[in-house]
Amino acid sequence: MSFNMVVLVKQVPDTSNIVEDAMKPDGTVNRDALPAIINPEDLCALEEAIKIKENSGGTITVISMGPPKAEDALRYCLCMGADKAILLSDRKFAASDTLATSYTLAKAIEKLPCFDIIFCGRQAIDGDTAQVGPQVAEKLNINQLTYVFNIAQLTKEYIVVKRDIGDGYEVCKSPLPVLLTISSKANTPRPPSVKRAMAYKNLKAQKGDNGLILLWDHNSIGADPNRCGLKGSKTRVKKVENVVLKTFDKKDIQPTLDCISGLLKELMEDHIIG
Amino acid sequence: MEKNIMVFLEYKKGKLQDVSKELLSKARTLAKKLGSKVLGLAVGYNLKNLPELGEYGADKIIYVSNKELSLYRSLPFAKVVISAILHYKPYIVLFGATHVGRDLAPRVASNLQLGLTADCTELKIGDYRAGKILYKDQLLQIRPAWGGNIIATIVSPESIPSMATVREGVIAIDEITPGKKADVEEFCVEFSKQELLTEIIEQSIEEKDVDLKGAKIVIGAGMGAADDHIMELIFNLAKLLKAEVGGSRPIIDAGYLSPHRQIGQTGVTIRPNLYIAMGISGQIQHLVGIMNSKRIIAINKDPEAPIFEVAHYRIVGDLKDVLPMMIKAYKGILKKS
Repeated sequence: MSFNMVVLVKQVPDTSNIVEDAMKPDGTVNRDALPAIINPEDLCALEEAIKIKENSGGTITVISMGPPKAEDALRYCLCMGADKAILLSDRKFAASDTLATSYTLAKAIEKLPCFDIIFCGRQAIDGDTAQVGPQVAEKLNINQLTYVFNIAQLTKEYIVVKRDIGDGYEVCKSPLPVLLTISSKANTPRPPSVKRAMAYKNLKAQKGDNGLILLWDHNSIGADPNRCGLKGSKTRVKKVENVVLKTFDKKDIQPTLDCISGLLKELMEDHIIG
Repeated sequence: MEKNIMVFLEYKKGKLQDVSKELLSKARTLAKKLGSKVLGLAVGYNLKNLPELGEYGADKIIYVSNKELSLYRSLPFAKVVISAILHYKPYIVLFGATHVGRDLAPRVASNLQLGLTADCTELKIGDYRAGKILYKDQLLQIRPAWGGNIIATIVSPESIPSMATVREGVIAIDEITPGKKADVEEFCVEFSKQELLTEIIEQSIEEKDVDLKGAKIVIGAGMGAADDHIMELIFNLAKLLKAEVGGSRPIIDAGYLSPHRQIGQTGVTIRPNLYIAMGISGQIQHLVGIMNSKRIIAINKDPEAPIFEVAHYRIVGDLKDVLPMMIKAYKGILKKS
């Protein structure tokens, strides 16, 4: 029993390190101004795929859409245990919203000879949309199971998973192929193997069909340029504002019994507390 | 063309979720601006009290009832929503940004080639200009991004309907209109085997022991309260004030409170009359969840803590001293009255 697995990963700006020139005037992200990391839950998705490969055998193809430097992310995935990587990089893919992204990713997946399971992270820390996974599943016309935190059973025909439903969880079963989105509750991703990191140190993405990291553009996947990038995106950013939260009507209360008593009385008179 | 607003109504075990009531209320406000109607899309099996949803703002309920829809599953629900959109041609479609809404809406958007904005915290109607073209009456979809550091306004001018998922708890339910009834229209959707692939084997729902969203007074604990004695004092004060206790993400990660007590970006959004921040520094991710509080008291040792920027009452001091004072002061007031 072995499985053909695809893992979709995204290189994201580290949103815990926001700097001032992080946004361009048009409201899109100036990715170069921020340190790039692999979206944390995408690594959880890859970890689930690697566990299946270890237990049952199979191959893992990692796909990422992004600028040329996203090859760093793919190299990292290979070092963790993926077999092959595809970088979808093309100026025509720039400024994609989730609809255009899912179209592009689905076109790339359709180029693969076959797949049983597609893994995605639950959501990315830059957009927090959680939309691309379900949108890819729809484009491929396959079933989806989102918010998965445990794979309970896997056979060649079906998968049983536990997934979060907000106020609890459910156990459900689906035939393959299926797309799963994996949450951080699922696992702690392993570190990359030192041996592979040495071997792949100088690995670059290359055009064509040979190599460990393939570089594909819109022609390689037969994508309609009008459905990619900004052209294929239905959403527009009207405005971006930095968050400034401030209250103007302020009072300082001294930490003494009298002052605190006075505050509580005031709140009672205003019917805030009772 | 009528610019009607469709709201996906989310039911769990036959019970309409709060976020759906919030959305009906918001949709009524937006529909007033557009001079249009609010259509509630009720999807399930044997759902009750549908006409009464008029009280929250629905003009018409589109009811899709089928045994296969008893529990939420992506494929049949997506088919229902897609069919309803094609049939009723709404101008705007709203979903709760719940596990269901965020599984369902993207699937629908992908199928119909529509724009979709996730996890909005505010919706407005306004114009959008792109070069020489002016798009009127657009749904302005306002949401935080980048871990809450920025607020973006998104539009989808060339794809109709505009679609958004909206976070639970951020919209106040306007006054209900007692006695107002919505028309109920049944809408039939059939399913093939290919749309019923998921089999739900078991569901386990945790009973909530806390209602932060509905609470009038909430006490929030932060890392400054990461001490068993202080936590005990906080719960004592909460009992006196009839308040609920929540917390920031760090103190929940540290194990002092259970995860459903988390307030903020990745937790619950609250709108109490009074929020008391105890030893909370005030990271933006926490602040976005408390900004709808009517009054905020902040207690922190550090006078520079960002929480003081948003607090109405600032107490710079040690919780070990201030908490017993609050308890004593409140007991004193109760005795006198």
